[in-house]
Amino acid sequence: MKKPRLVMIGNGMAGVRTVEELLKIAPDRYDITIFGAEPHPNYNRILLSPVLAGEMTVQEIILNELDWYKQNGINLHVGKKVVKIDRVKRLVVAEDGSTEPYDRLLLATGSNPFMLPVPGNDLPGVIGYRDIKDTDEMIEAAKLHKHAVVIGGGLLGLEAANGLKLRGMDVTVVHLGSWLLERQLDEVAGKMLQKSLEDRGLKFLLEKQTEALIQGESGRVAAVRFKDGMQIPADLVVMAAGIRPNYALAESAGIYCNRGIVVNDTMQTYDPKIYAVGECVSHRGIAYGLVAPLFEQAKVAANHLAGYGIGLYTGSVTSTKLKVTGIDLFSAGDYMGGKGTEEIVLNDAAGGVYKKLVIKENKLVGGVLYGDTADGAWYFQLLKDGRDIHDLRDHLLFGQSGGGDAGHQGQNKAALMADSAEVCGCNGVTKGTIVKAIKEKGLFTLDEVKKHTKAASSCGSCAGLVEQILASTIGGAYTPAASAKKPMCGCTEHGHDHVRKAIREQGLTSIPEAMSFLEWKTPNGCEKCRPALNYYMISTWPHAAKDDSQSRFINERVHANIQKDGTFSVVPRMWGGLTTPAELRAIADAAEKYNVPTVKVTGGQRIDLLGVKKEDLPKMWADLNAAGMVSGHAYGKSIRTVKTCVGMEHCRFGTQKSMSMGVKLEKMLFDMYAPHKVKLAVSGCPRNCAEAGIKDVGVIGVDSGYEIYVAGNGGIKTEVAQFLVKVKSDEEVLEYSAAFLQLYREEGHYLDRTCHYVERVGLDYVKSRIVEDEEGRKALYGRLVDSLKDAKDPWAERVAGKQKNEFEVLEA
Amino acid sequence: MSDWKQVCTLEDIPRLGSRVVRHEEDGGVIDIAIFRTQGEVFALRNKCPHKGGPLSEGIVHGKQVTCPLHGWKLYLETGEAVAPDVGCARRYPVKVEDGVVFIQF
Repeated sequence: MKKPRLVMIGNGMAGVRTVEELLKIAPDRYDITIFGAEPHPNYNRILLSPVLAGEMTVQEIILNELDWYKQNGINLHVGKKVVKIDRVKRLVVAEDGSTEPYDRLLLATGSNPFMLPVPGNDLPGVIGYRDIKDTDEMIEAAKLHKHAVVIGGGLLGLEAANGLKLRGMDVTVVHLGSWLLERQLDEVAGKMLQKSLEDRGLKFLLEKQTEALIQGESGRVAAVRFKDGMQIPADLVVMAAGIRPNYALAESAGIYCNRGIVVNDTMQTYDPKIYAVGECVSHRGIAYGLVAPLFEQAKVAANHLAGYGIGLYTGSVTSTKLKVTGIDLFSAGDYMGGKGTEEIVLNDAAGGVYKKLVIKENKLVGGVLYGDTADGAWYFQLLKDGRDIHDLRDHLLFGQSGGGDAGHQGQNKAALMADSAEVCGCNGVTKGTIVKAIKEKGLFTLDEVKKHTKAASSCGSCAGLVEQILASTIGGAYTPAASAKKPMCGCTEHGHDHVRKAIREQGLTSIPEAMSFLEWKTPNGCEKCRPALNYYMISTWPHAAKDDSQSRFINERVHANIQKDGTFSVVPRMWGGLTTPAELRAIADAAEKYNVPTVKVTGGQRIDLLGVKKEDLPKMWADLNAAGMVSGHAYGKSIRTVKTCVGMEHCRFGTQKSMSMGVKLEKMLFDMYAPHKVKLAVSGCPRNCAEAGIKDVGVIGVDSGYEIYVAGNGGIKTEVAQFLVKVKSDEEVLEYSAAFLQLYREEGHYLDRTCHYVERVGLDYVKSRIVEDEEGRKALYGRLVDSLKDAKDPWAERVAGKQKNEFEVLEA
Repeated sequence: MSDWKQVCTLEDIPRLGSRVVRHEEDGGVIDIAIFRTQGEVFALRNKCPHKGGPLSEGIVHGKQVTCPLHGWKLYLETGEAVAPDVGCARRYPVKVEDGVVFIQF
């Protein structure tokens, strides 16, 4: 059977991205033909500025080589303009008269530079700034001529001016507004930017209206004259006063246009066989000129072209970054503020740093950063997530701070890092390697960088830094997705919250059921989504859902930690860090009997037996069980340990019985499955020898009771626990701790530690659920106790023969 | 080429899971991982081309397995690593007849 024909007009970033997305999900659905007016394959238009500045070559910015089209069986016509769409016969006509029939048509005609309607705007030497041809022309002009005038002090204009200056021209930027980048910056930041560009030798004429371009004797442009009579010499005039969606072709075919080709949320035009994406489109009255929204559109269009029919494009919040090497500037959302908004401002004119955050009803709605944009990505995430920032307010301006997104050596300013600096300490990836991969392979997302370089793919602590490097390399093209919407993995469009909600509201109790209801794209998921789904099932339906051991990571499947040589480690539980001579004897016996090469005391106050063969595990567990010991769950996304100090039972400073409190907590939480590992500590006095300040739940005894701290972390993201509440009795410690952990179990995303969860929802929210809502707290406590009522020692189950296949080797 | 050897029954391998087959070859002992996907059985040398991780302990999804040590993914049909990683684990032919699994060594 013949395949339907998809024809695409326009061979730029938005269009080709749509085709790429389409090939990913429905590789054989269409015979694809692409027409491009330019004589090049798809290239990264955003990087034309570095080409102009001499920092990159045209070859380096090609995204899809001709080979790519060939390999995917795409019929490519470059340098061929389409002049007519015949919607009745369903074919397109190219300028050479050739025709191409279509079943589906995709319009990605991009935009044109806006040429000021002044006399002389068609003179030789007057150009827009849009494509490789324009860039080449500017580079040529810089060799022969001296005076350049750039009309327009927006992003593109400044990047052009910077490039021409670097190429040796004398450059004047003419701008109608009162300050530069008035669509991205407020006046203070705009003036700071102007000053640093002036320091580089650029000249500016603000609030100037161009009246005419004057022809010289050679026939080429020679000067620019303004309305106030002033005239300046110009051998090259670059129009960078904005772009206009290119919809003339669509309009001539009778497709409804209104300052762009009008599309609905599925990127469909008024002709249902015709889709449109990119800068030529008007969606809900907005034509986007930045690449990130266009990629979102591409994804949606591809989904509908593939016949899946899910996914809507509902518009984008955009952020901006200027790609002028050495100038750091970021802006997003409503950066001007005004009625009903509040502003937090830091202005260090001498130091060249300016930060303004605009807040409305306790939410970040916009901001401008100049000079120090390290936290741009974080602010943008807060903005897109619409997170309540009340609890962050006092330190919001100082950024995400802490060790969080600090990379290996505490680095947190991507732009200032040397190429040789290590970004990912786990996999030894340098900044240079990442930048090279981003440029050469045309990477746009954190996931792509992870795949290609391995940076941020192990512990993930450098993910924020990698995002910054992405942002500083590709500028506005980088936009993180809002956390709530971020797909769980490549198998689905749905984010964690959506999946949890569906499981809860639809009563889904098995992984296949959830995958079918939520239209998973893969037959049985992947190593990322299956463990997450398994956790969501069990935590939502503790007694109805059945554990799927094949969706557990090996450590949880065999209740021991896999080591680099394929052997395992065994950690018996020591409640509250307490043990007995009999237990120690049993551990010593087991270590000798099974030739354990290494015996180590862990940070969680127990003993680790390392180097055990998988076949020996059940036998060893049987021996330990016989001595009264159970699994320490040192391998699981589950309760690990409750660390304690000796407390008032022995210590002369102790104010509370921390050991017995710790044992009670650990018994209550035994076998608790969670989004990630959970560690607790109980200290008997504020000297805090049990290090409760860096635990998921830290309890500190004081004379009048206990203080409870939550969401601390001593690992990847060193995070000090935050004060939740002060209570009087042991019973209250159990209730509040359990309620907090149950809240985390119900709302946390799989693999989020409590610190990530609380950072996402805010401590105020946690307090409102745990401290202020007594009934809700008791209900949470009740649900935790209920879900653990059948807790069993997993070792004993395996000793009794459960899934014993797992531990037996076949011979052949 | 040596003969087909009977290994186990299909039911001995958990669905979306695997088992280890120990085999003597050239005087040494090697471990082979046999995988069961939704409907097929595959066998690979139980050694990830990256750092030698035991593939038998990985999560099986689609026709791939993810190594438990550092998350490399391998195609079960060919033993090749999923791009951008590069490497290969030796593949062994497998057949299932009347619910009995055979490997050709």
